[in-house]
Amino acid sequence: MENRPAVRFERVTLSYGARSIWSDLSLDIAAGSFVAILGPNGSGKTSLLRAILGLVAPSDGHIEVLGHAPHRGDAGIGYVPQHSTFDADLPFRGRDLVQLGLDGHRWGIGWPDATSRARVDRVLASVDAEGYADAPIGRLSGGEQQRLRIAQALVGDPQIILCDEPLANLDLRYQQTITALIASWRERTGGTVLFVTHDVNPVLGLVDQVLFVVSGRWAAGTPDEVLTSERMSELYRSHVDVVRVHGRIVVVGESTESGFNIEEPHHVPVAVEPH
Amino acid sequence: MDQLVALLGYEFVQNAIAAGFVIAIVSGVVSGFVVARNMSFAVHALAELGFTGAAGFILLGLSPVLGLLVGTAATAVFIGTLGVRARGRDVVVGVVMAFGLGLGVLFITLYKGYANQAFAILFGTITGVSRGDVLLLLAIGAITLVALAAVYRPLTFATVDPEVAEARGVPVGALAVVFLLIMAAAVAEAIQVVGVLLILTLLITPGAAAERLTPRPWLATACSVGIALLCTIGGILLSLVTNAPVSVFVTSLSFACYLLARFVIGPRRPELRIPTPRSAATPEKAPTA
Repeated sequence: MENRPAVRFERVTLSYGARSIWSDLSLDIAAGSFVAILGPNGSGKTSLLRAILGLVAPSDGHIEVLGHAPHRGDAGIGYVPQHSTFDADLPFRGRDLVQLGLDGHRWGIGWPDATSRARVDRVLASVDAEGYADAPIGRLSGGEQQRLRIAQALVGDPQIILCDEPLANLDLRYQQTITALIASWRERTGGTVLFVTHDVNPVLGLVDQVLFVVSGRWAAGTPDEVLTSERMSELYRSHVDVVRVHGRIVVVGESTESGFNIEEPHHVPVAVEPH
Repeated sequence: MDQLVALLGYEFVQNAIAAGFVIAIVSGVVSGFVVARNMSFAVHALAELGFTGAAGFILLGLSPVLGLLVGTAATAVFIGTLGVRARGRDVVVGVVMAFGLGLGVLFITLYKGYANQAFAILFGTITGVSRGDVLLLLAIGAITLVALAAVYRPLTFATVDPEVAEARGVPVGALAVVFLLIMAAAVAEAIQVVGVLLILTLLITPGAAAERLTPRPWLATACSVGIALLCTIGGILLSLVTNAPVSVFVTSLSFACYLLARFVIGPRRPELRIPTPRSAATPEKAPTA
């Protein structure tokens, strides 16, 4: 367990048609670690998750997930997708969403049985969502839906969870709540977290490793190793300053013809823990 | 009442009720998915091209029921291969529908016999189905229900939560095509009762009314089937008594069910309200109770 990484990338290149999204990525993600995946929009962060899920195959190199090649429907992986909405009148409850996370991929009608219902109840309690688990899901707030999404990802007892911008569209309080839920799951189970985000602030205290992807190039390491002016300038191929202000790190770049523009949301305001 | 009891002794009435029963169950289950997947336009196209199929079969001297099924199934395959994605789908549906309906007009024009059969397909024929047609409808209905039972759970997953369904290994794209074929069969069935032009009354309205009654997916499906049964069987019986066409009563009953669900029963269902925030962790949205 200690020796085997949860996810291993060996010289992986992923292409979309003729365009290479990222190339020559080699990285071991240790079991039990929390990895933040950062980078500008369109840098292929979601594609990275899709490759781990076995939904896209790398054009070169290979990926190993929990000791085997990625395959669709891997029960060892829980997935929290990017923000999506439910129709307000959809006859569907939070409880049903979680139930699908448990057995929705199986054929047949799927009469709910007592065992699976108890399991759903337990995970709903663990994310403190019992109060609205029986309400129409489309009428819940974004934060409530996100808790249910976390419950859905955890109900199958995965070893890895992949979260795609799980804090987007949430207010600060809910960002903290969701982060705390993921942290406590990792604490409890020793699971691995891959966390795609445009803002590393809310999770910085948890992050063991940062993977920063820009235009197919990447840098990986601890936040202190990666989030420096030298590494970021190298990555963006442009002069970038990583500034520490009030215990936060802000990545600021000059505007160049390569399209590097500090107004873009991908210029991640990054904070580090105060020393 | 006596008149009704007497009518129930006739074979054509028994045929109609037997066929109506199966058709209503299929329509009720399918309409929930049609509403959730937002596929009203595709239903309409399947129905119109079912008409083309039936008109073609009439021209060739073959069974119009079989023609309907061939028409809807061919359309389902066509739409499924050309445009499974939601946005592209409506465009493809429109393109295919326009051409197919043109063909239907051609077939009707070429046919030198009486146009009654074509009229019946447009507005429904259930009290005119033969024993053979009933058996065919029962067979199609049974196969459709078995197919629905087999895919019910992953289809639900793919419908409400396609991203996670895909990540969990559900063949989302293949299920979209399978559901189109199930819809094709359901449309061919429902046309027997209400006809091509009024198809949505059985394939949209029951599902739309049911989602106003409960947030429980199982109960919603059951309500949808119940409403479809009430409309179909009620419509057939009222038509027998009054001699007015079945589709008049089916559409009126289903519209009444929808209004009742939406404005009378639904608003009183506590289940459909947003729960009162229990703690500080559930902000926003004030309780409506």
